[in-house]
Amino acid sequence: MTTTSTPPDSRTEAALALGDDALVLSHRLGEWAGHAPVLEEEVALANIALDLLGQARVLLSSVGDEDELAYLREERAFRNLQLVEQPNGDFAHTIARQLYFSTYQTLLYGQLAAADGELAPLAAKAVKEVAYHQDHAEQWTLRLGDGTAESHARIQRGLDALWRFTGEMFQPVVGLDIDRTALRESWTASVTAVIERATLTVPSGPQSGAWTAGAGRQGLHTEPFGRMLAEMQHLHRSHPGASW
Amino acid sequence: MATRRTIESNEPNDRSGGSLRSRGTEMATAAAQKAAETEPGGAGSTAARAAEQQAAFDEAVAADERIEPRDWMPDAYRTSLIRQIAQHAHSEIIGMQPEANWITRAPSLRRKAILMAKAQDEAGHGLYLYSAAETLGVSRDELLDKLHSGRQKYSSIFNYPTLTWADVGAIGWLVDGAAITNQVPLCRCSYGPYARAMIRVCKEESFHQRQGYESLLALSRGTQAQHEMAQDAVNRWWWPSLMMFGPPDEESSHSEQSMTWKIKRHSNDELRQRFVDICVPQAESLGLTLPDPDLKWNEARGHHDFGPIDWTEFWDVLKGNGPCNDQRITQRRRAHEEGAWVREAAAAYATKQAGAPRADTAATAHGEATA
Ligand SMILES: [Fe+2]
Ligand SMILES: [Fe+2]
Repeated sequence: MTTTSTPPDSRTEAALALGDDALVLSHRLGEWAGHAPVLEEEVALANIALDLLGQARVLLSSVGDEDELAYLREERAFRNLQLVEQPNGDFAHTIARQLYFSTYQTLLYGQLAAADGELAPLAAKAVKEVAYHQDHAEQWTLRLGDGTAESHARIQRGLDALWRFTGEMFQPVVGLDIDRTALRESWTASVTAVIERATLTVPSGPQSGAWTAGAGRQGLHTEPFGRMLAEMQHLHRSHPGASW
Repeated sequence: MATRRTIESNEPNDRSGGSLRSRGTEMATAAAQKAAETEPGGAGSTAARAAEQQAAFDEAVAADERIEPRDWMPDAYRTSLIRQIAQHAHSEIIGMQPEANWITRAPSLRRKAILMAKAQDEAGHGLYLYSAAETLGVSRDELLDKLHSGRQKYSSIFNYPTLTWADVGAIGWLVDGAAITNQVPLCRCSYGPYARAMIRVCKEESFHQRQGYESLLALSRGTQAQHEMAQDAVNRWWWPSLMMFGPPDEESSHSEQSMTWKIKRHSNDELRQRFVDICVPQAESLGLTLPDPDLKWNEARGHHDFGPIDWTEFWDVLKGNGPCNDQRITQRRRAHEEGAWVREAAAAYATKQAGAPRADTAATAHGEATA
């Protein structure tokens, strides 16, 4: 693999950033299979995971071999946000992660679809999928926030715990020509509205950690990510050159 | 199901669950209609009325008409259907586990997408089947309770482990293949909602079967290590797949009555034979062998002969002594228990949305999530 030794061009950087986000979150959602709280959510979470995997495949294939990129890169070469690699936690934690990310993705793809860059066709198609992901996350945020005392406490914990990973979404990405100020404002307005409607409190802490701000996009990840990749890549790497 | 389009062309998924109950208020036959409309007269006419209802039912079944939820049906027919549909629904959701075991390790993104879509399909099958069972007057909650407490079973095949990636292909080819052989005749089952659920399920199962075959073919034609992995998986899954058709006809406790009711259309042994005959040429094209030295074409019978099945193992696994019985049911119970607060939250939220909660509806907070 040459992805770490030669500096990738801006088109590659952008595709890897968005593709890795989708790939990694899809994997995390795939871990729910057989563990969901209710059968309808087995279907819904798998559905979202499949949409994301489809997006990842289009993006990665646009800049290389999808399997080489997914299975043969080292941890430091992945460009995804730290938010999407966070372990699932309980259902509320997963929903909080979904709310933050799907809102970001909907707004980002909305901007990309409206522009006429290389990513516009993919974004135009994906924006319909991610609008469903966002709706799913919002509906569950409302149910959990305004459900029982226990669910309220759990979703608040999830929102609080993941808050410090949200700042990274608004850092510049090489090759992504977007209005980051508008993205941030719309994201904050949208997430705030849902959280308040759900009778919850918008977290007040910093939106990035002490030295990890924006680090996922530069290949600095959190500890659980290495284990995730070890599991994901093990079989593929055990049979070099094999096709499946 | 539209999930396949996601894999092949990245189309948005089908979010609709579909309804099996659209025809729930219909009655199958004019005779049943008439029987239902007849107002019971004095106490003396009760026996006559029961006989009339039974006759209408028998007539409908004999004429290959569908029995619908509102039709009168014998209690034993209802009970037998509930048992069978519930076991089938449980098998779909427990069956997700051995395959989900490989979702996070799938060796290519294409295979990963196919496997995720399959797990999603199986959850969907569970949904249709629990809905079909609900038309008979039992709730999904009740049925899940019975699964979790061991009072209802799921297909024993899922008590075997998926040890390598090739097991995913072998399950698709053999287990989904056996399921199709079992289920295609159920599309003509006398109970309408079950038959309709089966039509939809069978379409998807045959997709799973083809994908499993194709996955095994890639392994069989791959590296030496991949070929060996495929052969090993087929060796381990072949006999349990044959056991999926249930005990031999002479030992099958439910078969005969189910045949009369046209819930079942072929005997266990007939279906098993059909499956063997389908698999033998497919194994050949796969370049893999089936682990049975007695397997050979019998010109006189027009079928393949095959060796004796180890029914001791079958009964042992069925009784709970299989390699994964505890693991499967423990995971299922844990998912259900850990999800209790989620379902309670959804129910509480729904109640609040419906207006101020009244004392007599508070109990619904413990029901299943409607989301
Ligand atoms: Fe199924
Ligand atoms: Fe299947």
